[in-house]
Amino acid sequence: MMQNPLPLFIAIPLASAFLNSLLGKRIKGFSDVLSSIATLALAAISIYSVFLIKDVGSIVYKVGGWMPPIGIAMVMDSLTVFMLVTINVVAFLISVYSINYMEKYTEKGIFYSLFLLMIAGMNGVIISGDMFNLYVFLEIAAISSYALVAFGTEQEELEASFKYAVMGSLASSFILLGIVFLYSYTSTLNMADMAMTLLTNGPSRIVLLASVLFLMGFGLKSALVPFHAWLPDAHPSAPAPISAMLSGVLIKSLGVYAMVRIFFSVLGATPEILSILMVIGSLSIVIGACLALGQWDFKRLLAYSSINQIGYVILGISLGTPLGILGGLFHLLNHSVFKSLLFLNSGAVEYSTGTRDLQKMGGLREKMPVTALTSLVGSMSIAGVPPFNGFWSKLIIIVACVQSGHFVHASWAVLASIITLAYFLKVQKHAFFGELKEGLSNVKEAPFFMKFSMIVLAIICLAGGLLMLPAVSGDFLKAARDVVLAGQDYITVVFGAIK
Amino acid sequence: MSLYFLCLVLFSVGLYCILRKRNLIKIIIGIAITEYAVNLFFVLVGYKMHGRAPIHAEDQAILNMVDPLPQALVLTAIVIGLAITALIASIAIRVYEKYGTFDITKIRKLKG
Repeated sequence: MMQNPLPLFIAIPLASAFLNSLLGKRIKGFSDVLSSIATLALAAISIYSVFLIKDVGSIVYKVGGWMPPIGIAMVMDSLTVFMLVTINVVAFLISVYSINYMEKYTEKGIFYSLFLLMIAGMNGVIISGDMFNLYVFLEIAAISSYALVAFGTEQEELEASFKYAVMGSLASSFILLGIVFLYSYTSTLNMADMAMTLLTNGPSRIVLLASVLFLMGFGLKSALVPFHAWLPDAHPSAPAPISAMLSGVLIKSLGVYAMVRIFFSVLGATPEILSILMVIGSLSIVIGACLALGQWDFKRLLAYSSINQIGYVILGISLGTPLGILGGLFHLLNHSVFKSLLFLNSGAVEYSTGTRDLQKMGGLREKMPVTALTSLVGSMSIAGVPPFNGFWSKLIIIVACVQSGHFVHASWAVLASIITLAYFLKVQKHAFFGELKEGLSNVKEAPFFMKFSMIVLAIICLAGGLLMLPAVSGDFLKAARDVVLAGQDYITVVFGAIK
Repeated sequence: MSLYFLCLVLFSVGLYCILRKRNLIKIIIGIAITEYAVNLFFVLVGYKMHGRAPIHAEDQAILNMVDPLPQALVLTAIVIGLAITALIASIAIRVYEKYGTFDITKIRKLKG
């Protein structure tokens, strides 16, 4: 089993989701312990896989023993491992945080079941080597996230969830339609086999049509600018751990990863698609930043900031140069860390003060020192202040823009980075610094498990810059970049690993 | 050819329903119509005129069969669609309990 940990990434969360819904209500504290152990195991296996994949290169798991391309394949290469580490480490910390935070809700067992189902769906999207399987896992993750957004069942939550569900299912229809067109053209669903058929058949209008459908579908899932309308409603309405999960990893695994895998590894990234992505990325950067500046709701501001930061990821990857892709992937990792941290901070503030309105806060630094300090670390990282991880990834993306001659995009990126700093200074000034507002004198610091998660994430923010050292990044970040760069060599990787 | 065209028409009807209708239930019906259009198109991709069921037996030659794979996949897609419809409908019922209306122009707590 340890030579091929692939099935575990789906089996563990699915089994524990099932047990949670079965026993969560009967035994007190059962769901807390089980979910934390399950996510810890997933995080440990994903980190173990980094070392495993370093020696082997790639692993293919044949579901049910059927040979691909007939049977379903699950593929693990460096990009997969990179995403798995990002998702599962963040998921573990969020699961620990929920132990305290979810006390105020009823039905904790159901919460954890949906949470683990969402992780199973995301892991499935990442490791799937089969188009239709990817769609199925995408739907598992999406449906559980619709339910989680509505978890509070108040007016706003329900409205946001309805909007999110309509947009999300429309996106899924587009994705399925794209898969249908590709199937009708290539008569196969295995991604590697599909890429091979496309290479031998040469370019076609059907592929172009499918690309456009995928661009719409995954653009909606990852909330790029023309498709972003659902995100600022859905992400703030969910409970804080779920907001962190949605903004931190869901839009990346369902949106960005799936898009990169399909466009680079299967369809082969054409310059036209890349330039469209570049423009969409720049638009997201600028519009997201400007809209975030005007918000007074803490979580809504963070949600708009997600649109802004996902733009950097897309801009970096769509440059198509080695440096650009490296920057994009590095920013993806960093963003999932600091955005989860900031959402957890906002949850801690809401937990203690009962409000999300920045104008009603003030001077919380004295009462909540841990939250204030960790949110300062998160804000500085996201704004790109030097020692933290966000600085390095933004620097790489901007340098890559200049290097490949896209000066306009580079200047947008720099400008938006300054706006990002401005709105996070606003958060710091109104929430944590200044005079303590009236009625906040009884505020207490968040409980232990919440503090634990926030501190660990802040440490990762601080240490994230170390990933730039060649000795550390070689097997992890650079290997993931090489997979994206290699593009349709995915075929040889997959068929080479089948024995 | 006209079958594919009708499929496109069905898809557009669904899209129109999602985009233009104000009633939550009508929007849900629109989602269902788009899903059916995609499923129908998927089945049509594997269909053959006067084709026969893809059953392999000793005495039969493999001739003029319809493609069975899309049918299997569409079954999965229908189940997923059912899950989505059930979830959205239950959310719509909860929305009605809270707001007392199905009209989306009156359900506007979130803005900005």
